Amino acid sequence: MTALARTDAGGAGGGADGGSPATSRPRHLLSVADLGAEGIAEVLRWSDRFVEVGRRPNPKVPALRGKTVACLFAEDSTRTRLSFETAARRLSADVLGFQAAGSSLGKGESLRDTVRTVAAMGVDCFVVRHPSAGVPAQVARWVDAAVVNAGDGWHEHPTQALLDCATIRQVMAERRGVPVERTGTEIFDGLRVAIVGDVAHSRVARSEVLALAALGAEVTLVAPGSLLPPSLEGWPVTGVSHELDAVLPEVDVCYVLRLQLERGTGSFLPSVREYAATFGLTARRVAAMPEGSLVMHPGPMNRGVEIASEVADMGRSLVLRQVAIGVAVRMAVLFVLLAADHASSSAPHPAAATVARGAAEELVDD
Amino acid sequence: MTDATRDAPPGARRSPAVVVRGGVVIDATGERRADVLLDGGRVVAVGEGVDVPGGATVLDAGGCVVAPGLVDLHVHLRQPGAEEAETVETGARAAVLGGYTAVVAMPNTDPPVDCAAVAREVLQLGEQAACRVAVAGAITVGRAGERLAPMAELAALGVRLFTDDGAGVQDAGVMRRALSYARSLGVTLAQHCEDRSLAAGGAMHEGPVSSRLGVPGVPAAAEEVMVARDIALCRLTGAPVHFLHLSTAGSVALVAGARAEGLPVTAEVAPHHLALTHERLEGFDPHFKVNPPLRSAEDVAALRAACASGTIDAVATDHAPHPPEAKELPLDLAAPGMLGLQTALPVTLAALGEAGMGLRQVLALLSWQPARIAGLATEQGGDQGGPVVEGAPGNLCVFDPAARVVLDPARLASRSRNTPWVGEMLTGAVRHTVVNGEPVVVDGEALR
Amino acid sequence: MAERERRLTPPRGGVFVPRVQVLSQADVLRALTRIAHEIAERNHGLDDVVLIGLQTGGVPLAHRIAQVLEETEGVAVPVGLLDVAFYRDDLGIRPVLPEAVTDIPCDLTGTTVVLVDDVLFTGRTIRAALNALTDYGRSRAVQLAVMVDRGHRELPIRPDYVGKNLPTRFDEQVDVTLDGVVLGDVVPR
Repeated sequence: MTALARTDAGGAGGGADGGSPATSRPRHLLSVADLGAEGIAEVLRWSDRFVEVGRRPNPKVPALRGKTVACLFAEDSTRTRLSFETAARRLSADVLGFQAAGSSLGKGESLRDTVRTVAAMGVDCFVVRHPSAGVPAQVARWVDAAVVNAGDGWHEHPTQALLDCATIRQVMAERRGVPVERTGTEIFDGLRVAIVGDVAHSRVARSEVLALAALGAEVTLVAPGSLLPPSLEGWPVTGVSHELDAVLPEVDVCYVLRLQLERGTGSFLPSVREYAATFGLTARRVAAMPEGSLVMHPGPMNRGVEIASEVADMGRSLVLRQVAIGVAVRMAVLFVLLAADHASSSAPHPAAATVARGAAEELVDD
Repeated sequence: MTDATRDAPPGARRSPAVVVRGGVVIDATGERRADVLLDGGRVVAVGEGVDVPGGATVLDAGGCVVAPGLVDLHVHLRQPGAEEAETVETGARAAVLGGYTAVVAMPNTDPPVDCAAVAREVLQLGEQAACRVAVAGAITVGRAGERLAPMAELAALGVRLFTDDGAGVQDAGVMRRALSYARSLGVTLAQHCEDRSLAAGGAMHEGPVSSRLGVPGVPAAAEEVMVARDIALCRLTGAPVHFLHLSTAGSVALVAGARAEGLPVTAEVAPHHLALTHERLEGFDPHFKVNPPLRSAEDVAALRAACASGTIDAVATDHAPHPPEAKELPLDLAAPGMLGLQTALPVTLAALGEAGMGLRQVLALLSWQPARIAGLATEQGGDQGGPVVEGAPGNLCVFDPAARVVLDPARLASRSRNTPWVGEMLTGAVRHTVVNGEPVVVDGEALR
Repeated sequence: MAERERRLTPPRGGVFVPRVQVLSQADVLRALTRIAHEIAERNHGLDDVVLIGLQTGGVPLAHRIAQVLEETEGVAVPVGLLDVAFYRDDLGIRPVLPEAVTDIPCDLTGTTVVLVDDVLFTGRTIRAALNALTDYGRSRAVQLAVMVDRGHRELPIRPDYVGKNLPTRFDEQVDVTLDGVVLGDVVPR
């Protein structure tokens, strides 16, 4: 049986080309796997630039002027949506917001029709969040625009993983007294990360594992049996444990996942209290972690459940920093997908025609 | 009026004689180079160089296999209730284009076939259809799994198979009572094995791929617990059980054990479970979503081996038409199912050919064995399954096993288009189909 | 134009093949020294003068000019770095490098900004630089210093300080470093 064309996941290419970032830009960001180690490193380098832009009195550059970014959020999420909208606006793109809680992105109405209607208004990029896995990939098949996955069911949340990596890099650079711009991704080599909690139902966990492993970190999953996926075959993790206390003394980063009580995670556990006792990150547990180790949480936090209030407020915790760097990382993602190297997909600029005349090769404009 | 006409089977239309020339006849008795002459709805001569009466229609079968018409134990014709997806007429047309001369329509229509009135409606629609349309009745009223449907009333209309397909009967006590009742009627219950409490919410096979993709999965156990249960109930009641669309290695192992014990258990498999695996869902394309889901390569291998060893008795398409909107939804919300009638022959030939099975063995699974399970076989008083001998009912499938055709959606007779094989190169094409002595497909074109 | 950037030009670009050396290392240093003096002369001293080197070719030149001014005038003129990637109207032609940072050391309001670049060609880079500068305060004046003016202007942009006027064919390439100026061609890879 020949490979069926319809299994193509929408043209996601790899950025792991190594030599030439200008030629291996992915078309979409549906999964962290679309970037590869090289792609992740490039996004981090761009984020540095956009952090600097964010510090300016007018934190705005015209890089995506004339482009339209549509945010299709079929799931409630103020923070992520605002972060993406801010990122798009700071790049001077126009933003179409589309929240579909209960509206025409609901059951029964063709998702394809809804998306193509919005696309007809002239959209260059869709940022899609949906409670069902795979919707961004489906959208990518239905429209010409670029698609960014802002969280799809239990599947992935690539920009969350990217901003978490950016945060770790920023903190580590500070620790060493080295400017973050001169810190590559070598700091992730051998970094010991524990991801704790409801891995089975966590899109953040899946993206984090892919990103951290691609960068060379050693990832251990810590969860009760009922909150681990049915199979870990093919997961680039170094270990799995059911005992948080055994793992904590040997980690550099403890990444705490949210217990998704509103999604029924509770039925996989005897009680929330039992979970908090066995897997909750308490002050006592943090004290058992090595000196200089970090605590992270994708937010929002269930204080007192997976993370104790006092731990959330502790210096080692990076939660607010993660939020701050989010806009710069999302600017980097939008920039990588929409700017540069995509001039060929729009009407050629007069300068492009000028430069291209005569010579067969592309000339560099000085 | 000739003798042939007087002996014509009921419902045979008066049409000119037909000669199928130049093919190789393959049926349960063997394989031989032979021409076939049909008249008055029956086969009147089989042999090298038969006399062709004047005015006879000649169907060129050079390079082709001439087999008894295929019989599909499992199709969803969607009528009544979902006619935008398919009707008895369009489904039957798809069937004959696929080489089928008889199909068994599943009862999960709206309203369901759980009473004589609805069964009669579908049977009447079937009388005008291009092929024979038999009807399966529901086991329980409304397919709700609680009260038994009026099986005797339905059996009186000729219904031989009963199933709540689309769902399995969840309560063992209800199933036990249904089996006992069915046994006394001499009809067969067929089970869609799916334990709802294990399968709930699943959109694909539960395994490494679903875990990586973060898609809720249906474990193999959801099917196997019900297979095991119904084997035990078969042992308890002595009633025959037919297992619909088996999909796991564990299920076929259970069936093999039951057969070794001598229990009256039969099983079918769908072509897509012989050909496709769960990796197809990596693009989150709902066209690969089906119930039971596409499983692992190990399951596919086990199903193929079970076909070769005889543990599986029939290939049945589970032809499931859906309008585009039903597939243009997120994966977990999309309707499960794919078309099957026009792709079953090439897909099955390729998949089982890879397992080393010969044409006659494959045709057994597609024609005379399902005919028997459906109660339509000639030796049961029906008109399906051959063998192709003098006096046999004129239901034939003439196909070229080597023809390579790219599936063009415009050539699908179904009202729906939900098949993953559109645009794919398929090997094996139906050239002619003859129903009750009348050609209904000639040179790949449907006449009705 | 740095070899590094040329290597990363989108697929239709290629490799720089040098043909003739137009200025030697000594010539370049002499020109930069002259430019430094001209800057001090034209601005009647160096009060409120800020040098801004355009990434990446203008950066070493700006630093060198600042060094000369420190040695000869005894004034430490602030040096900033400016990458115009986000301001270009023709993204996709010049490759963008995340390593080329922007670092403007002070509020530019009321200052005389001297933009420093290696080659002046169509003028689009300078136009983008002028756009970018508006985000850093309203300078009193902006002047332009380039090592090579190779002609082919497409916008009304003119340099205030020039190392060398060098007529070129449109499809030629000019490579400028502190080691010299070389004329050559870009050959497809």
